[in-house]
Amino acid sequence: MKKFSKVVSLAMASMMAVSMLAGCGAQGSGSNTFKIGAIGPLTGGAAAYGLAVCNAAELAVEEINAAGGINGYQIEYKKEDDELNAEKSVNAYNTLKDWGMQVLVGSTTSACSIAVSENTKADNMFQLTPSGSAEDCVKYDNAFRVCFSDPNQGIASAQYISDNNLATKVGIIYDSSDVYSSGIYQKFTEEAAGKNFEIVSAEAFTQDNNTDFSVQLQKAKDAGADLVFLPIYYKDASLILTQANTMGYAPTFFGVDGLDGILTVENFDVSLAEGVMLLTPFAADAKDDLTVNFVAKYQEKYGEIPNQFAADAYDAVYIIKKAMEAKNVTPDMSVSDICEALKGAMTEIEASGLTSAKMTWAANGEPNKEPKAVVIKNGAYVSAQ
Amino acid sequence: MKLTMNKKTKDNLITYGIVVVAFAVFQLLAVTGNLSSHMKGLLVPMTYYAVIAVALNLCVGILGELSIGHCGFMCIGAFTSAFFSKVTEESLPTAPRFILAFVIGIAFAALFGFLIGIPVLRLKGDYLAIVTLAFGEIIKNVINAFYIGVDSKGVHFSLKNAMELGMEPDGQLIVNGAMGITGTPHNSSFTVGIIVLLLALFVVQNLVNSRDGRAIMAVRDNYIAAEATGINVTRYKMMAFIISAAIAGAAGVLFSHNITTLTASSQYFGYNASIMILVYVVLGGIGNIRGSVIAACILYLLPELLRGFNTYRMLIYSIVLIVMMIYSWSPKVLEWRKRTLGNINFPWKKQRA
Repeated sequence: MKKFSKVVSLAMASMMAVSMLAGCGAQGSGSNTFKIGAIGPLTGGAAAYGLAVCNAAELAVEEINAAGGINGYQIEYKKEDDELNAEKSVNAYNTLKDWGMQVLVGSTTSACSIAVSENTKADNMFQLTPSGSAEDCVKYDNAFRVCFSDPNQGIASAQYISDNNLATKVGIIYDSSDVYSSGIYQKFTEEAAGKNFEIVSAEAFTQDNNTDFSVQLQKAKDAGADLVFLPIYYKDASLILTQANTMGYAPTFFGVDGLDGILTVENFDVSLAEGVMLLTPFAADAKDDLTVNFVAKYQEKYGEIPNQFAADAYDAVYIIKKAMEAKNVTPDMSVSDICEALKGAMTEIEASGLTSAKMTWAANGEPNKEPKAVVIKNGAYVSAQ
Repeated sequence: MKLTMNKKTKDNLITYGIVVVAFAVFQLLAVTGNLSSHMKGLLVPMTYYAVIAVALNLCVGILGELSIGHCGFMCIGAFTSAFFSKVTEESLPTAPRFILAFVIGIAFAALFGFLIGIPVLRLKGDYLAIVTLAFGEIIKNVINAFYIGVDSKGVHFSLKNAMELGMEPDGQLIVNGAMGITGTPHNSSFTVGIIVLLLALFVVQNLVNSRDGRAIMAVRDNYIAAEATGINVTRYKMMAFIISAAIAGAAGVLFSHNITTLTASSQYFGYNASIMILVYVVLGGIGNIRGSVIAACILYLLPELLRGFNTYRMLIYSIVLIVMMIYSWSPKVLEWRKRTLGNINFPWKKQRA
């Protein structure tokens, strides 16, 4: 045993030596390119989100490079895996920092993004998260986001239902083990007070019991809910729709951007999604040139239809480009100087992209854009009204 | 007898020595600027995984009871200490607050170790493993349902949602259900981690070499014989289990003060994470405290150092795990190692004789 531990300690020492050499080699490469890094879960259960973000950012970088770069400088791009783990996300950030990253697109998910923002703040590095939607993601002044925040989605949903008189009695089914879902649910409930509808049932499930929703649906049905609000991801929602159909319950289903993707679920009878409404910043089958071009290129390169995460990340890279151009940022500036310049630029620029035709930012990092409501008709998204 | 004691002490000193030398080397590298920020970021997690591996080794190796819910204790230590730090962040200076956070985290983990120990330690072997597994999951799910806020009127608590708390507008929501605790002060450092690791090693190694430790190992080796010689089996089992839980709680305190978002989700405190710790212990050698520390450090570093392989990273990691496991524990390979490596004269060979 003793021998084994000696061998192991030797191996460890040599491994550390190698890793430190690797760390040194990465420093001080050419200062005539911008270095943009992205972080997301590339392995594990949430890999679909991380891959979407990292792929779309890569696509945007390639497009920009082909068109001459930012302010005449090419961009280098690198992605790192965080396994949906805040601790690993910080490790991924440190790896990218060693590589010489100047601007961060990430992290993909909320908890990771919050953890990383603590480090970007300390290093004063500009961070633009495409899809970190929890409030605290943009707590620091160097962090901005592209997507709506969870609270904003909850508030927008409540307002939309109220303004359009969609329902008088609302049932909610949400995932209490998920930050995103419970965040929207909280704000929706707060906003619903004083609106022209009443919340008659609010039932939770967790990721450990997300296969049978009959209890939650029955409660909503018994309470007479004529609209069921689903602030959840599409996989669970597809089961809810199927089970509601089996029990003969047909209220209006209303979701948020997590529901985007419901038409692509395998073995799901798409006709059940007929009439489902969702608030989403991006619909892959929109007909404007930008979306058509993006979807075609993404599909050609990665073989699948991009979702809203991809759209947010694609926009993020173009937003950085726009902000850099506004302040004439060059790659030889220090990370901190770039951050200061971009911080100033973000509140001044007005960007247009896949997720909105007009986005502006406040100094607190929140985007200001119109939520779009779509309704599923004949198996496709159609703008509501 | 005296000679064996000396050998044990020497062995323990080597363990402390390895930790102290590793600390000195890394500090030196960091001060001279030769350490990449990636490595710097890995140092603190390495220490707390080493600490919890030591804790689990006490339970699995010394007490001989397989626990696969140890991350549950880590979770308790993490949440209670983070809660305390968050509440007193403004009213207490950093150093005493952090020390108190350790006391609270460790105390709560030990308390739960005691409570869980009452039913759990009546069981043996597989049954015990299953119950600890269930316990780890319960802790995680219960914490996920907690909403706790503090305002001028005191502490508010709810199991339903944040709105039920009915807080004053100036109130601060501390534990927010699945969103956990965000904004815990970032106090853990490599130095603190190493101190905790040394203390954990000190406690465990001294326990093992004490009268109580020998009683615990007697229970492990032959339950009936131990009972027949008059050893209070329940007492010693409980003692080892509680100490193990308390050390796991200390690892949790380091954990929660290292990253600012603390959520009770599976990737940190679920059974997968617990099994990961068990892998550290098994690879390092069941009952071999020093081995646990080294294995925890290597196995935590490995997937990070493999980042260069991109998508193949996790695949290579698992292959390395299998190879290491076979190399160190397969009887055939052990035999082969004895035959080939046995003939080489390593300088440390003399010590073994």
